[in-house]
Amino acid sequence: MTANSVEIKNLDLSFGAVEVLKNLNLEIPEGEFLVLLGASGCGKSTLLNCIAGLLEVTGGQIWIKDRNVTWEEPSHRGIGMVFQSYALYPQMSVKGNLSFGLKNAKVPKVEIEERVARAAEILQIQPLLDRKPAALSGGQRQRVAIGRALVRDVDVFLFDEPLSNLDAKLRADLRVEIKRLHHKLKNTMIYVTHDQIEAMTLADRIAIMRAGKIQQLGSPDEIYNRPKTKYVAEFIGSPSMNFLNGDLTAEGFAMDGETVPMQGYKFANGAAPGPAWMGIRPEHVATGDQAQAMPYNADVTVELFEPMGADTLVWTTVAGQPFHFNLDGQHKVASGDQMKIGFDTSRSSLFDKSSEARL
Amino acid sequence: MANPAVMSQTAAGFDAVSRQLEGPQGPKPRKRFSRANIFIYGTLIVVAFYYALPLYVMIVTSLKGMPEIRLGNIFSPPVEITFEPWVKAWSQACTGLNCDGLSRGFWNSVQITVPSVIISILIASVNGYALANWRFKGADTFFTILIFGAFIPYQVMLYPIVIILREIGLYGTLWGLVIVHTIFGMPILTLLFRNYFTSLPEELFKAARVDGARFWGIYFQIMLPMSLPIFVVAMIIQVTGIWNDFLFGVVYTKPDTYPMTVQLNNIVNSVQGVKEYNVNMAATILTGLVPLTIYFVSGKLFVRGIAAGAVKG
Repeated sequence: MTANSVEIKNLDLSFGAVEVLKNLNLEIPEGEFLVLLGASGCGKSTLLNCIAGLLEVTGGQIWIKDRNVTWEEPSHRGIGMVFQSYALYPQMSVKGNLSFGLKNAKVPKVEIEERVARAAEILQIQPLLDRKPAALSGGQRQRVAIGRALVRDVDVFLFDEPLSNLDAKLRADLRVEIKRLHHKLKNTMIYVTHDQIEAMTLADRIAIMRAGKIQQLGSPDEIYNRPKTKYVAEFIGSPSMNFLNGDLTAEGFAMDGETVPMQGYKFANGAAPGPAWMGIRPEHVATGDQAQAMPYNADVTVELFEPMGADTLVWTTVAGQPFHFNLDGQHKVASGDQMKIGFDTSRSSLFDKSSEARL
Repeated sequence: MANPAVMSQTAAGFDAVSRQLEGPQGPKPRKRFSRANIFIYGTLIVVAFYYALPLYVMIVTSLKGMPEIRLGNIFSPPVEITFEPWVKAWSQACTGLNCDGLSRGFWNSVQITVPSVIISILIASVNGYALANWRFKGADTFFTILIFGAFIPYQVMLYPIVIILREIGLYGTLWGLVIVHTIFGMPILTLLFRNYFTSLPEELFKAARVDGARFWGIYFQIMLPMSLPIFVVAMIIQVTGIWNDFLFGVVYTKPDTYPMTVQLNNIVNSVQGVKEYNVNMAATILTGLVPLTIYFVSGKLFVRGIAAGAVKG
């Protein structure tokens, strides 16, 4: 058997008539950092709760470390969980919070002391051990919450949007810390988020979920460059991808009287002519002299622009359809300016119009 | 009303622009005798007076001797203060065959109230916890039926309960009344506890489960320490409700085991002899003293608990 840390087989979950998870399969190798990403209501937190054993599944199996844990209590699954609201026990000190799980598991006192001390050292919360959660900052609380999973020596860490309650700067700091923790501990980690930056930066693999199903499972690079569906392409990337409406023909991608050659494009299942979307990321659009060298280029008029510091987002029209692209933030533009833009069609993504699957 | 902080900020901004101030500035002056104030405080004083006056009459009358009462000036303060009526109400007033005053009823009421309050709160808190956090099969149906119980008039159930108590041999005993009070307190207390536990963050409960705590572990170690206010609310509701109860007391007990309220009624309504208003007043105050004390001691917690339940539940 391969060393799969977590295996989910044909998982179903419904609340009454509402199907939340449908025949879901997922294999997570030992030591992987997997991010479940999706809009709210897609079932990502529900899936995490199923893995944790906090929700009873309607069908299918959950295996952790080659053990069928489908009917096991949460505490017997070898998982630790970190919640969005931290969920620290308010009446206990930090030390009490860390040792609660160990006391329930009847771990000897000496060993509890050792493990708490070790976790406190890893997370650098030794000075806080005697404080109550109310006397901690948001970042410190989240560290304690991670520590609670850490002391129990679990196989799998489950994170349920752990950084969503923190402000932007702290979130970035803790994100790096979680990554560092993963490098150090090398545990399997499953991390639920709706923040694509967290997903891209942390994940070994990302599973993009929609309506209870996994739309695409792959490395951040694959997800970004070769999205399998239009939904994934739309969801990942900020500012979001442009979609041009047209037809795929033998010559290329035809829209509004012109045909864009698709020579360099690697088709997933062979080129099937028909109505299609062409997706181009705003950051893959070149301007000026570079545009001239691209397989496709056009002259456009600046309609609106949004300066964002490093970049300026320019809104315009290509082939009669709205289009936006990134420009170096130092480049001066004004509404009404004429500009030459171009892009490499091999970096674009083509999607079938009806199935929205990648071509 | 104008916020002084905002006002002064605006004034500061104005200052920075023009460097000279004209017209209104700083906190807006308030009139002490504005029309709104007169209306609000006037109403409050009238209402307070309306409620305080009977209490005043009771206290004053209870400190007078009978000759003074016969003069008929019920609002006048006592000329000669006497505590005789209080002593008589507590230890000598006659109800039926017993002439040992309210003290017998007081101890009966204590013996009824203390176990009823403790048992009903213990059971209801576990009920509420189970309904809020362990969504067992049929939980909603169970809860609906329980709440429905709160809407059934007590009178409907009086006679069936008499038969039940007789059959189990508890009719006329204090423990029979304790059981009745415990059961009748269940719907409203369960609702109270369920709403409170539902308002606590669900993730705490999940975290405790991941940490290996079970039903009782979570209840005692996580939930209980967080629920002091709601326990105080439940205690006040139960103590006042059970202490002031008359109907169940008069139906399910015998003269020997009458609670204080029933005995008070018997003293006040006794038809033989002279009406001793001063003794009646003293007896009434004595009977009301227990709920009053509970309010004064835990009033703040009561308000906090009610507010917590109201906002989050």
